[in-house]
Amino acid sequence: MSARGGFIERSIADIAATLEEAIFSEELARKEGLLQNLDPRVKVITFLALLLAVSLSKGLLIIVALYFLTLLLAWRSRIPLGFFIKRVWLVIPFFTGLVALPALFNIFTPGEPIVTLWQSDRFHLAITMQGLRTATFLVLRVGVSVSLAVLSVLTTPWATLLKALRILHLPQVFILILGMAYRYAFLLLHTANSMFLARQSRTVGQMTSGENRRWIAASASTLLAKSYHLSQGVYLAMLSRGFQGEAQMLGTFRLKPSDWLWGGTLLALALLAVLMGT
Amino acid sequence: MGKEPIFELEGVSFTYDGRVTALRDVSLAVAAREKIALLGANGSGKSTLLMILAGLYFPALGQVRAFGNPLTEEALKDESFAFSFRRKVGLLFQDPDVQLFSPTVWDEVAFAPLQLGLDQAEVVSRVEEALRLLRIESLRDRAPHRLSEGEKKKVAIASILSLHPEVWLLDEPTAGLDPRTESWFLDFICQLNEVGHTVITATHDLDAVDLIADRIYVLSEENRLIAQGTPQEILSDQELLLRCNLTHEHRHRHARLEHAHPHRHPERHIHPHE
Repeated sequence: MSARGGFIERSIADIAATLEEAIFSEELARKEGLLQNLDPRVKVITFLALLLAVSLSKGLLIIVALYFLTLLLAWRSRIPLGFFIKRVWLVIPFFTGLVALPALFNIFTPGEPIVTLWQSDRFHLAITMQGLRTATFLVLRVGVSVSLAVLSVLTTPWATLLKALRILHLPQVFILILGMAYRYAFLLLHTANSMFLARQSRTVGQMTSGENRRWIAASASTLLAKSYHLSQGVYLAMLSRGFQGEAQMLGTFRLKPSDWLWGGTLLALALLAVLMGT
Repeated sequence: MGKEPIFELEGVSFTYDGRVTALRDVSLAVAAREKIALLGANGSGKSTLLMILAGLYFPALGQVRAFGNPLTEEALKDESFAFSFRRKVGLLFQDPDVQLFSPTVWDEVAFAPLQLGLDQAEVVSRVEEALRLLRIESLRDRAPHRLSEGEKKKVAIASILSLHPEVWLLDEPTAGLDPRTESWFLDFICQLNEVGHTVITATHDLDAVDLIADRIYVLSEENRLIAQGTPQEILSDQELLLRCNLTHEHRHRHARLEHAHPHRHPERHIHPHE
């Protein structure tokens, strides 16, 4: 494999990394930790309250404090902090940072200039204090919100989290479809990986970009056809086991005293954050 | 046969998309508690026949009756008939990935009893019983994509077991299994029949067929039912097996003699001239 790697090698590596990460996340969700032991419904409600607090709070320090609370919860849930922080903050600057960038300048956010970038008779471009504050708020809010969402996913098996969403009165069929989509995404990833490996095993020398494009198009259509065929089979399998258009699910969650305690504490902290930040 | 048939097929033909023929003029009857094998080469229509028996495909021509009632798309729109039929008939798909669509093993095994509207305690009891009988309790929280092929097959069986069906339709149940799991599976099929279930297995495995069937229906590569009989009758008809692509001739050597004839490899070579 070359240092840069061809598109096949990169695709295989990316698929393998995605599968490994999913397995790693599932292992974290099954560890013995603070949030792992919390009833998933309590987790959904309290994390939604914390998300609301992050969105509504107007105090920068309050949002920073909520981020430290998130880190504390991650640490008590035995989530590797380096992995957790990197997972969120390596992505946020690229997306939210780009969105927040214009808000720095006096064109969009007039105010007291702190750094002047361009000065002429007709045009003045500067970073303003108000702009910096707005951009920081945006990046922080998104970062802390994503951290909370990632933490809830890392500490709850996907299937359990989906079931817990029923507390928000999501229709059962919606939850069933989400669960199936997640389950079959892995199967199709494995199939795609096998297709790439099969292609690699028969590739001698370099493929031209045209050949690559044709192969990718053919692979995509094959995968689409496979997934369509699979969906028909799955529907028949559901029918054969009594499915009649309305999915039935079983809720087996039990609230423990510790769920009430932690749920109450986190809700109180979320409320406090909103009140202090306004 | 003597007993009241639970499945009756009369002149059944089936085509996919009106173009590809999968079954031609098939007639057969299955009585309760029978152990039947549908024997045929790949593409002979075995899986399609099982789908028809499971009330998932409906033939373009011919009649299908199940438990004394016509088994049609229209009939299955009646909720009480559909409920009663689905409760009685379980189908094991050839590809376990098709059958295991739930996010965890526990959810998968609970799916059928939940759809049948059983109360929570009964659902939990059935799931636990199925997991225990198949000795897969340790897999309960696992996702299907993280199971081996043998484990997937066991979970797929558990997902039917929790339905408590009277009739088991098994599509190539031992395909792709390692020898130990295959042996376990063959024992399981025999036990199902011993406790009173009707078992219909689609297979092309000649070595296992005398174990899993008391009666065999043979499908030709032209998708016709061309023979039926006991395993002894069918397996001793080399010309039939050769014609249906269920056995083959290959050239081999005995001492100085090199020749070709059809034979099977159950434990060792069985040569008609020995």
